[in-house]
Amino acid sequence: MNPLLNVTGVSKFYGNRIGCKDVSFDLYPGEVMGIVGESGSGKSTLLNCLAGHLGPDTGAVNFDTRIEGMRDTITMSEPERRMLSRTDWAFVHQHARDGLRMNVSAGGNVGERLMAVGARHYGEIRDQATDWLSRVEINADRVDDRPSAFSGGMQQRLQIARNLVTGPRLVFMDEPTGGLDVSVQARLLDLLRGLVREMNLSAIIVTHDLAVVRLLADRLMVMKDGHVVETGLTDQVLDDPQHGYTQLLVSSVLQV
Amino acid sequence: MTDYNFAYLDEQTKRMIRRAILKGLAIPGYQVPFASREMPMPYGWGTGGVQVSAAVLTPDDTFKVIDQGADDTTNAVSIRRFFEKTAGVAVTEATVDASVIQTRHRIPEQDLRSDQILVYQVPIPEPLRFLEPSEVETRKMHSLEEYGLMHVKLYEDISQHGAIATAYAYPVKVEGRYVMDPSPIPKFDNPKLNMAGIQLFGAGREQRIYAVPPYTDVVSLDFDDYPFEASKADHACDLCGAEDSYLDELIVDDAGGRMFMCSDTDYCAGRRKAGCIGAQGVPYQEDVA
Repeated sequence: MNPLLNVTGVSKFYGNRIGCKDVSFDLYPGEVMGIVGESGSGKSTLLNCLAGHLGPDTGAVNFDTRIEGMRDTITMSEPERRMLSRTDWAFVHQHARDGLRMNVSAGGNVGERLMAVGARHYGEIRDQATDWLSRVEINADRVDDRPSAFSGGMQQRLQIARNLVTGPRLVFMDEPTGGLDVSVQARLLDLLRGLVREMNLSAIIVTHDLAVVRLLADRLMVMKDGHVVETGLTDQVLDDPQHGYTQLLVSSVLQV
Repeated sequence: MTDYNFAYLDEQTKRMIRRAILKGLAIPGYQVPFASREMPMPYGWGTGGVQVSAAVLTPDDTFKVIDQGADDTTNAVSIRRFFEKTAGVAVTEATVDASVIQTRHRIPEQDLRSDQILVYQVPIPEPLRFLEPSEVETRKMHSLEEYGLMHVKLYEDISQHGAIATAYAYPVKVEGRYVMDPSPIPKFDNPKLNMAGIQLFGAGREQRIYAVPPYTDVVSLDFDDYPFEASKADHACDLCGAEDSYLDELIVDDAGGRMFMCSDTDYCAGRRKAGCIGAQGVPYQEDVA
């Protein structure tokens, strides 16, 4: 099997300071990878480099495009990259308001990606939007409400629906459960796990919450000060951490 | 002659504006930035249109100004006087006699010829502005032809009102490429954007000029199941009886009395002169105020 995403030697510097240094990995179709680490460890920098929001200073991010096979998304032209990011890629922000249009109704938010790739039939767009709202457990009668009238958890679910409506193959998630209370987190994780399995999505999840990766991720990458210090299967890394920092991280989790 | 340079602006400024106009004509619908000048009128009163008019006027031109279709409103009268004074050009109220027509919010009912120029006053040239506040982002969307967002606006209209409720400044796609704000003309006028005359759009405060060359394909955006409709009040003009012109609705007393009349005063007067009478009209007489 060919990898969906092949990352080699990605580095990003902010002046003399390191954002992330020499990161390489392969991601296979249907695989979910977690990136954990403390604040400032370079997780989000790495994710933004992979998703094309930031230009890395060195390295290559090869993505298996539907038509042309493996392409380096860093050197491809901007229109191509933006096309990818609204078809085959999805990006779920930590704060739903960064990823939603707050002054556009829920249906319009979900429909935007459809219209961006050329859908021009109102009835069909609306049917798909309503269908997706129900898949993320939002009542169909909320389709014309604005996201500002939604709770935090609903906004996050709406953001997920908006991203998945075009059937992407790779989802980038930046702390998708950050800022939600635990019961809402649990429901969201349940939902995400279902969608990932059902749609055979590949995903890269950045989080500092080890419970999230335990539930969702097949594989884990631990970052510290911009470097990857440990990688492996999730259960293996969490149950038998080798690196000193990973041991610290795992033992820092509060047991209830 | 007057103490002003011809048409108020200095020659270098007019030259700069003409360059922007030529670029706009070469790239239909593309917003060309230009160094908008301070004009002796407030922003919002047509400073962009006035600068474009000043740059295209020649001493032989005949100038007409309309405001919401009318030749006799404050804005139209003052701009007409402005160019009478600073350029000394002939002015007219008749659409057929004019070679340059500056307009606010309407396209004349009378079809324009290829030797006529229509200059629009534009308040906000960016059609995507209300959905995407960032200028950097909207420019990128134009350059990459990412116009999905424009349909989100129409989608919102249908979901809230059951039909596309945008009645003016209805977005159009020019020559299959740029999405353009046709200035706040009623959507009734949108089909007329395919015309023989040159159309120039000037936005003074926003410092943009754009243009639609003659016989350019201009398509109003819509959905397959909610096609574009050029709507107007379902009535005939009460003065001249015209059923094909865009109408203003006037409240005439405190008892709910109302009448509809052509917003294009020249068109209405011309019809009445020719003997057409509407439901509340009186036969045409010269010099009736």
